Amino acid sequence: MSSIPAPILWTVIIGLALGSYALRFAFIGFMGGRAIPEWLMRHLRYTAVAIIPALVAPLVVWPAPAGGEPSLIHFAAAAATFAAGYLTRNVLFALGTGGLSLLLLYLAA
Amino acid sequence: MAITTTKSAFWKGFRDSAPFIFMASPFGFLFGVLAAEAGLIVPEAFAFSLAVFAGAAQFTALQLMQENAPLIIILISALAVNLRMAMYSASLTPYLGDAPMWQRALAAYFVVDQSYALSIVQFETEPEMPLAQRVAYFFGTNGIVAPAWVIATALGALVGTRIPESWGVDFVLPLAFLAMIGPMLRTPAHIAACFVAVAASLPAAALPYNLG
Repeated sequence: MSSIPAPILWTVIIGLALGSYALRFAFIGFMGGRAIPEWLMRHLRYTAVAIIPALVAPLVVWPAPAGGEPSLIHFAAAAATFAAGYLTRNVLFALGTGGLSLLLLYLAA
Repeated sequence: MAITTTKSAFWKGFRDSAPFIFMASPFGFLFGVLAAEAGLIVPEAFAFSLAVFAGAAQFTALQLMQENAPLIIILISALAVNLRMAMYSASLTPYLGDAPMWQRALAAYFVVDQSYALSIVQFETEPEMPLAQRVAYFFGTNGIVAPAWVIATALGALVGTRIPESWGVDFVLPLAFLAMIGPMLRTPAHIAACFVAVAASLPAAALPYNLG
């Protein structure tokens, strides 16, 4: 894996720190005790479930450890992780399931 | 049982949040390991967690930096992942919005998934709770989880520099994302948003920078 240039890294860290703080402060800081309209809440609610799957899908379909070729082992481990997370609602249990199934599939293959 | 003092409100938040240590620590540790694998040194990983203080956005930024995505894409994507923090902030406003500015400014830094989830349940269950106790409860939910997250990152980065690349840790990051998505899908609308995003991202991945 290539090393990330320091100016890029620090710009990302500082930019994200300021941006995230602004998002967190926006309402609690400026709105006082007033309520927020429901349409705005609706938009804010769905962004993470749209961005993260879009980021992860190509990583699963063309996994880096397999040289970017579709790989049944990685796809199966990914499916197991997602299923465990969805069914148990537990992030760690999901990650454990995925890591273990990846290991077992490697050993079996 | 109703809370009687501001101090006991803080400690109730502290106790309620304790189980989350078992999630924040391993995830912070994992972020540290993956950051080290990506070439970050310990102080950089530590500063990253301390300054940004948002797991999913940190993992997103780390992944995109490794893909050499343009700076603006990295920032926009990671901040979009964090838009839900604005929703949390909005949703907490009716309960904490009347607190003094310095308390609100400090509270804003600590708005994360677990402090929001615990606090909103507490505030809705006991609507008669005085403002000072609400603020104390909110800070209590971060009393141990926040330090655990940052310290675990530094430890992970320390260990990560010793893990050989042949262990294939580079598929752990996608698995970590997948593990985070499952519990986020609370309603059919969330599931729909998720699958539309996946469907759109796969053809788009053929284009540069995964502009999905």
